[in-house]
Amino acid sequence: MLELRRITAGYDRRAPVLRGVSLDIAPGEAVGLLGPSGCGKSTLARVAALLHRPDSGEVVVDGTPARGWRHRAPREQRTAFGVVFQQPRLSTDPRLTLAAAVAEPLRATGRRAEAGSRTAELAEAVGLTPDLLTRRPHEVSDGQLQRACLARALALRPRWLVCDEMTAMLDASTTAALVGVVEDYRRQTGAGLLAVGHDRDLLERWCDRTVTLESLTAPPGGPRSPVAGR
Amino acid sequence: MRRGADVAAVTGASFDLDAGQCLALVGESGCGKSVLASALLGLLPGNARATGTATVRTGADATVRTTGRGGGAETDSGPATARPAGSAAARLRPGLRSHTRPSPRNAPGVPDVLDLLAADEETLARRVRGRLVGLVPQSPAAHLTPVRTVRSQLEETVRELCAPARQDLRAAAEAAAGRAAFPADHLDHYPHQLSGGLAQRAALALALVGDAPVLLADEPTTGLDRDLVNRTADELRRHADSGRAVLLVTHDLVAAERTADRVAVMYAGRIVELSDARDFFGTPGPRHPYAAGLLDALPTRAFRTIPGTPPELGSLPAGCAFAPRCHRATDTCTTTLPAPPAPTGGAACHHPLEPAPATPASAAPGPASITSPTPPAPVPLPAPASARPAAHTGPAGPAHPDPTEAAADA
Ligand code: SF4
Repeated sequence: MLELRRITAGYDRRAPVLRGVSLDIAPGEAVGLLGPSGCGKSTLARVAALLHRPDSGEVVVDGTPARGWRHRAPREQRTAFGVVFQQPRLSTDPRLTLAAAVAEPLRATGRRAEAGSRTAELAEAVGLTPDLLTRRPHEVSDGQLQRACLARALALRPRWLVCDEMTAMLDASTTAALVGVVEDYRRQTGAGLLAVGHDRDLLERWCDRTVTLESLTAPPGGPRSPVAGR
Repeated sequence: MRRGADVAAVTGASFDLDAGQCLALVGESGCGKSVLASALLGLLPGNARATGTATVRTGADATVRTTGRGGGAETDSGPATARPAGSAAARLRPGLRSHTRPSPRNAPGVPDVLDLLAADEETLARRVRGRLVGLVPQSPAAHLTPVRTVRSQLEETVRELCAPARQDLRAAAEAAAGRAAFPADHLDHYPHQLSGGLAQRAALALALVGDAPVLLADEPTTGLDRDLVNRTADELRRHADSGRAVLLVTHDLVAAERTADRVAVMYAGRIVELSDARDFFGTPGPRHPYAAGLLDALPTRAFRTIPGTPPELGSLPAGCAFAPRCHRATDTCTTTLPAPPAPTGGAACHHPLEPAPATPASAAPGPASITSPTPPAPVPLPAPASARPAAHTGPAGPAHPDPTEAAADA
């Protein structure tokens, strides 16, 4: 279970992007978060993946409240998440080959020995040929790079996947392919999913249910807003 | 630029685009559609070449005509043999032709004729970009100058393109804003003060300043919210309806369906299908297996990917470039390049799909049959590649009388 409780977050404490947002995702559940750009849904995705510290509120990952964020999150919590963002070029090191990018989390967690075989396995799952793995980001298309980013997100076999506009830059066929990879992975592992996006057709087809930030935000003083008294 | 991945090639692209029409050029990323778009503006990177001609007829019936078959394409690119990475491709010789004097390209004494490849940068900047072809950019944020107001950027563009008397500058800029439905009371805003939608309109206003008869929109909806996609699509449509020729280069099939009169599907640097948009998105549906696969990938249809990935443009297989991914491929497909579609329409395929039956046949398999006109069993039929699908004389399928259903707002 991934629980987000009364999350208030943003980049300026005086003007938070999110105010009192709550969302529960059951194990193995796929939830689509719909909304226009700039509404704060990406911020919520980052909070959920322990990449952004909320101003207030709580994230509980499989029963354990999160206490640290980004590199300060305990390793077992950090590695419970695989995250894919909208722009693969902003989330890959231009100096690394695709193979090295995919293996990055393995190396960072001291599983260097596994890296070769696991990378090959992941590359096949996401449809990257061995030839593409030897290239650097500028030598591949956005779609190919995003496949590598998805492989990287799956490298540590996360229990939760957070896909923030993963396919917004991609064509329909690549979109269907990447969603297929995510769903295959979830079938095999029972991982849960938070997919953030603006494409209603896509998220409704992909996810078990879709929500909007408004539907997750308790009105001030309303019944869903037990004031955080701690 | 040492690998095939960097080689951009467009070969034998042929289509007509008339005034008042919108043609959508669709395909997966890397298929060459952006190369074609750049070629029309003379903005090809140094390593890219494309074959053929692109003529723009200016005046009341502005027309873009791109023809790319023949000499250059075949000799340059050797379509039946795999090309070594880095040596691919072709040349595009776009020309401009006055509709009153349809003269041969480069005819002496005809000032309207311009070979974009031969033209120097200054000529392109002076005569083509903004004047004949207005560019609606992919990212308005990157296209607008952050430190200057919209008005100042519009006025500068007016000054460059139109050289009006000083007192007309303001009016001309405001008129351009009006044509793009950009609100006059936001003209003194800086780009960062604009919403995504207004930034897109500001960019459109800049594209419209020179009153170019042709608008070229290069992935104008990438990364935009669906609402904004729809609004951008509708504005492009409006400009087509007001008499411009609009070329929409996009991977967004929903935007294409909403905007276009005609669809050109590009694969591996070639146009593989040209079709009336209603036929394509509705009944009888696409004829080329790749085009059908693209449509089937939509979440509103089968949501099924096309297996495999597109070939490198620098190392195309012999025969049909789609053959390695095509479930209809035969031996012929791997050896013989199918003929490109005629400018009037058709599919570059040895075994095109039959037009979808007007009544749902029991043979139509798959989960796509509800929303997608699925073709009947793949019977290879050696139809000439240029053949138009038979006019859909039968009644429209009762399940989907409106071919635009997929674009309906949720
Ligand atoms: S020519 Fe052959 S391989 Fe190519 S699309 Fe047609 S059937 Fe498929």
